[in-house]
Amino acid sequence: MKEIQFQELEGKSAGFYALLAVSGFFLLLGLYAVYNMEHYGHAITGMNNQIVWGIPHVFAIFLILAASGVLNVASISSVFRKTFYHPLARLSVLLAITLLVSGLMVLVLDLGRPDRLIVAMTIYNFKSIFAWNIILYNGFLLISIIYLWFMMERRMKQYYPTAGLVAFIWRIILTTGTGSIFGFLVAREAYNTAIMAPLFIALSLALGLAVFLLVLLIDCWKTHCSLGEGVLERPKKLLAVFIVAVFYFVLAYHLTNLYITGRHGIEYFILASGGIYTALFWGGYIFLGTIMPLLLLYHEKFTHSRASIAAAALLTIVGGFSLLYVIIIGGQAYPLDIFPGMEVTSSNFFDGVVNSYTPSGWEILLGISGISLFVLLTTLALKILPFLPRSLADSDIEPEFRN
Amino acid sequence: MSPTQNRRDFLKKTATVAGLTTVAPGMLFYSVSQAKPDGEAVTSKVRWGMLIDTTKCADGCNDCVNACTKEHGLNDNVRAEIAPQWIRKVGLRDKQTGKETTLPMLCQHCEHPPCVDVCPTGASFKRADGIVLVDKHTCIGCRYCMMACPYKARSFVHENLENQKPHSPRGKGTVESCTFCVHKVDKGEKPACVEACGKAMIFGDIKDPESEISKKLAEVSSTALRADMKLNPGVRYQGI
Repeated sequence: MKEIQFQELEGKSAGFYALLAVSGFFLLLGLYAVYNMEHYGHAITGMNNQIVWGIPHVFAIFLILAASGVLNVASISSVFRKTFYHPLARLSVLLAITLLVSGLMVLVLDLGRPDRLIVAMTIYNFKSIFAWNIILYNGFLLISIIYLWFMMERRMKQYYPTAGLVAFIWRIILTTGTGSIFGFLVAREAYNTAIMAPLFIALSLALGLAVFLLVLLIDCWKTHCSLGEGVLERPKKLLAVFIVAVFYFVLAYHLTNLYITGRHGIEYFILASGGIYTALFWGGYIFLGTIMPLLLLYHEKFTHSRASIAAAALLTIVGGFSLLYVIIIGGQAYPLDIFPGMEVTSSNFFDGVVNSYTPSGWEILLGISGISLFVLLTTLALKILPFLPRSLADSDIEPEFRN
Repeated sequence: MSPTQNRRDFLKKTATVAGLTTVAPGMLFYSVSQAKPDGEAVTSKVRWGMLIDTTKCADGCNDCVNACTKEHGLNDNVRAEIAPQWIRKVGLRDKQTGKETTLPMLCQHCEHPPCVDVCPTGASFKRADGIVLVDKHTCIGCRYCMMACPYKARSFVHENLENQKPHSPRGKGTVESCTFCVHKVDKGEKPACVEACGKAMIFGDIKDPESEISKKLAEVSSTALRADMKLNPGVRYQGI
């Protein structure tokens, strides 16, 4: 077995500094948006008493899901002992940490009282899945850091598989928790279903791997490091499997709702009459996020091109984002059925009507600042510590992936 | 007088004044916060409830809503989408029979409130006497309770507040809802909406068989909204 050499980013190019400057700029813009949201209140956002959670939550949950999913590359290496993935494990854990920190930043800064974070960290209602998630997120960060340390420190190598197993189990529980934030909502027809947990796990795997592939492709394109076709082959096939898995759960979710008469209203809304939500479901998730990447990954004409893989990964992200928008905001836009069998004729609190939501620039800036923080933290970390394998050429990795 | 004495004197006086100004208000608030007019702790022997007779609730009458707005200093010059709604009037038509009803909708003060279940910090809580409240000091403004409430009974304070009532503290960035006028109930009074309505709303202890509400509930048929969820709300409707 060839010894894998790791290296830092050289970090002297104009591209490196441009990346830092752009991500830093958008992060600052996001913080300025937060200042305004706190100063004037959430009145300046598009969120209201009907659409309670908006685009910041879509960004935050997207980042949190990707964080859990991106760690899968390391899990395949250390839990399932596929040594082929070994050189990529460090990067996988790093991305998991930076994605989670970024997602949590967006989530926390959207709170009505972010200054009370200490309350959320010290007072727990253990019946709340949200409270459990706070513990799960913090635990995930801690476990990932230990996992990374064991991975990078020669003396701790023997404990590395154990840390990998703990991280693997933890992130399955964590994503179950994230899905259950919606699964446990008894009142809303779009949620209140156990399938949210496995659906979110599948989505996290797809999004995580898509982000991982993109970072890898960008990095190898920027630094001109060798990245073999053989090395790309396996994660490429895996991405297709994850996309199909997400589709399976989405299909099962909608088929169940279509069968239950009481849920025909919400199904008709999402699938046919919901305007932006219907468009995002069919156009964003089904066409751009599922059909297109599968075509790019499987069709003989495209499958060998590196640009196709990058496009497939990007489209998976677009699809996942669209699906989250439909689930999170579409689910709230559909009115609550407070009076079954009755039609609401008048109300000054928007009872019985489809709620509208137009995100304001402030909350979009907050969401983008999460992505910016992810880029900033990742770029800096890659410069400081050796996360990247010196070579990912087939000839260096080849003997490994024969097994 | 020597300069040293002078300085000592000055320091003494300053310390006394500083001490008094920091401690005195604290003691004052302490005595206020301890004050409990009825001198009794809240007990689970009581469960506050409300019966709303929709046949007596007039279409176009907003007395209950106006009374609530006034009692709690809710500002009604706010954009409708973000306006506080502790109680609202809803007009309904039965899809099958066409029968029209109008009723006030407020926090249903459930026995098993989903808002309390989901609150990460326990800020959303239920008192021993069944009143569901938000602790404005520990609410972090995550709005998960608003996602969880089947009755759309909660609202979030989206803007700066003005003219707050001391008996009904609110907070920008926190969630709020009907308190059953807990400040009045604790003094043996009825909620402001019930007082203003007069005919369609009865408030009282549903655990006391002798109370007006219990007698009425035993006599007429009443409905719990979304009874399928088995939340056992403290607010019941007659005539729907």
